[in-house]
Amino acid sequence: MKTKDKVYPSIESLLNALPLVDGLTLSFHHHLRSGEGIILPILAQFKQRGIKKLTLDVSSLTSAHEGLIPYIIDETVTEIHTSGMRGRLAEAISKNGILQKPVIFRTHGGRARAIESGQVKIDIAFIAASCCDEYGNMNGQVGPSAFGSMGYPIVDAKHARIVVAVTDNLVNYPAYPISIPQTLVDYVTLVPSIGDVIKMDTRISKNPIEHLIAKKTTEVLIASGYVKDGFSFQAGSGGISLSVISYLKSFLIENNIRGSFASGGITKYMVEMLEAGAFNALLDTQTFDMVAAKSMIKNANHIEMSASMYANPNNKGCVSEKLDIMILSATEIDVNFNVNVLTSSLGIIMGAQGGHPDTAEDARLKIVVTTLMRKRIPIVIDKVTTIVTKGEFIDILVTEYGIAIHPKRQDLISKLNMAGIPHVPIETLKTLADQLSGPRTKITFGDQVVGIVEDRHGNTIDSIYNVI
Amino acid sequence: MRRSMLFCPANNPKLYSTAPLLKPDCIIFDLEDSVAIEEKDSARDLLVEAVKFYNYPANEAVPEIFVRINALHTPYASLDVEAVVSSGLSKIRLPMCESEESILALDNLISELEDKYKIPSGSIKIQAAIETPKGVLNAESIAKASERVISLSFGAEDYTNCLGIHRLSEMPILDYARAHIALVCQAYGLDAIDTVWSDIADTEGFIKESNKVLNMGFSGKSCVHPSQLEPLHKVFTPSSHEIEKALHLIEQFNRNNEDHSGVALIDGKMVDKPIIERHKNIKKELTHEN
Repeated sequence: MKTKDKVYPSIESLLNALPLVDGLTLSFHHHLRSGEGIILPILAQFKQRGIKKLTLDVSSLTSAHEGLIPYIIDETVTEIHTSGMRGRLAEAISKNGILQKPVIFRTHGGRARAIESGQVKIDIAFIAASCCDEYGNMNGQVGPSAFGSMGYPIVDAKHARIVVAVTDNLVNYPAYPISIPQTLVDYVTLVPSIGDVIKMDTRISKNPIEHLIAKKTTEVLIASGYVKDGFSFQAGSGGISLSVISYLKSFLIENNIRGSFASGGITKYMVEMLEAGAFNALLDTQTFDMVAAKSMIKNANHIEMSASMYANPNNKGCVSEKLDIMILSATEIDVNFNVNVLTSSLGIIMGAQGGHPDTAEDARLKIVVTTLMRKRIPIVIDKVTTIVTKGEFIDILVTEYGIAIHPKRQDLISKLNMAGIPHVPIETLKTLADQLSGPRTKITFGDQVVGIVEDRHGNTIDSIYNVI
Repeated sequence: MRRSMLFCPANNPKLYSTAPLLKPDCIIFDLEDSVAIEEKDSARDLLVEAVKFYNYPANEAVPEIFVRINALHTPYASLDVEAVVSSGLSKIRLPMCESEESILALDNLISELEDKYKIPSGSIKIQAAIETPKGVLNAESIAKASERVISLSFGAEDYTNCLGIHRLSEMPILDYARAHIALVCQAYGLDAIDTVWSDIADTEGFIKESNKVLNMGFSGKSCVHPSQLEPLHKVFTPSSHEIEKALHLIEQFNRNNEDHSGVALIDGKMVDKPIIERHKNIKKELTHEN
């Protein structure tokens, strides 16, 4: 009888068995978001073995990863590919330039494209799983650390040279449901915990101004004509987006409208819409909270999808191409509708591209929702610090002070006019922001490139310099 | 129209730009309870500067602005009143108003300041906040003490404190005070504004209380959170059914009352002038709302 022994009782025992060398590319996912718990312990093992010059290819980095700083300083890690980063790690890279090479920022679709095309070659994919069997069948939907969809590592598992399932919940064969099958998995290793799932949460803001923007946005959506039977919808996990979901849900139910699908990052508020019959299905590449994580088991129409299926522009058809409405956020938006979601107004890295440029490029209606100012710093400005999504892909900006429509969308201008929804040129909002906030602090950049921003096709669309 | 009066602490700079966006019927910038003693001066200065910066008096997008000054017996009251008058605002809420004398004292102070700042005499108006048993008993003399008084508001928090009882969600003991204030306001053509509902999370309770005071004759309520505005406006705005009914009754009454007897038979029911007057008020509110 032929049975492979894939299980190693610890990371240490597994790494002892692998031929480790300098310069490997390791991949991880961030489905546990700020509760992610395997990257740092695994890097500690590499460091212990004196392995250096590693490349981390991570779907995103969160506040859980400030502990990477010493590994960067001692050159255990010399290159990072990610969708985003924040906190002290981002500051250390932005201000102190601690990383030898610039961080490559990729969109979720762009990362899938880079891996599938061979632009990025992953040596070892470490995949945290909340449920896994001895042969490597795994998912993120079952177990004490259940986090929901495994959208990102589904791509890694298909293309990495070595695939390692990392779990704190080894179950009897076969584990089910199967998000990543045994056929792709080389090793299974046990850890005490893959992370802190309690930190996965989303909440609708109580901020009345954010609610005001969400209400206006819902009015715009309705006036646009895109909200009708069979439409598709996506919104992020920010306070305004969640409020839009809430208002839209009420409108759909009151008017007996049933959408086709809602996609992307799935929150409990999306699940409420699904369960209320407002949509036929949820297509989930990343689950944002514990309620949504549990929904995949009980709702057959809450469907897991890979990041490639979600937004890789080079495959044979991605979900973002089927999307009607996308609600987007911004840390800055300029008078040409270019959007920044990656750096702050002080030039420091503090966010993530996520699926922003992917969905903005593909969806039929793209609406940016933001306050005009944040902490008295204007958000609507002359020129964004970093271009993440080009203005040509944005249709409407909704703020608490007014709505601006991209001049290329004359059809939307007519529809909003017909609905009696007032709007102004984006320059008017920019001028108002200036008047209310006063002159902006000028950022002084150095000459070190600390980040390269790729669009979803792999083209460099901007560079991030160190801040002095 | 004063369906909603939204309290905003006067020491929060952000609220001067954002509160008008939320479209309450009125904003009350508060210099009294929500401002600590050590911040009284800076809050007053901020109020004056913000009113100037946002050009409130001439800004059509800004709702009606009131300022709740500190009580007359405090050293801050006269400074507060001068800040209001000098900044070009014209509505003052006087807290803890218990007697005609309070109104007259404030009236005199305002008159001096109107002279000083060359503002037409009588242009500054007063809303008297009735917050004590004595205030309730003296409501009528307060209402008629000055032409400046345009409204009475009820404050249940201090009122229940005076009675030595805790404020609960349903308190029949407040009914007398409310009924009396509403009655006085109706008698003297003033707006009656009900007390705040502090439990922001309990929207159901808030709506229930709003309906209750609507039926007691109040014009609106004070609010402590913007989330209360929409439900409050719904309660205090005639429904489409009420509007339709009002328009129908008025039209039919005009048609069927050719003998000017004051009574007409409409849809099998006797309808007289008081009923028509009530429906004319609904029509008037509708016109305001539009």
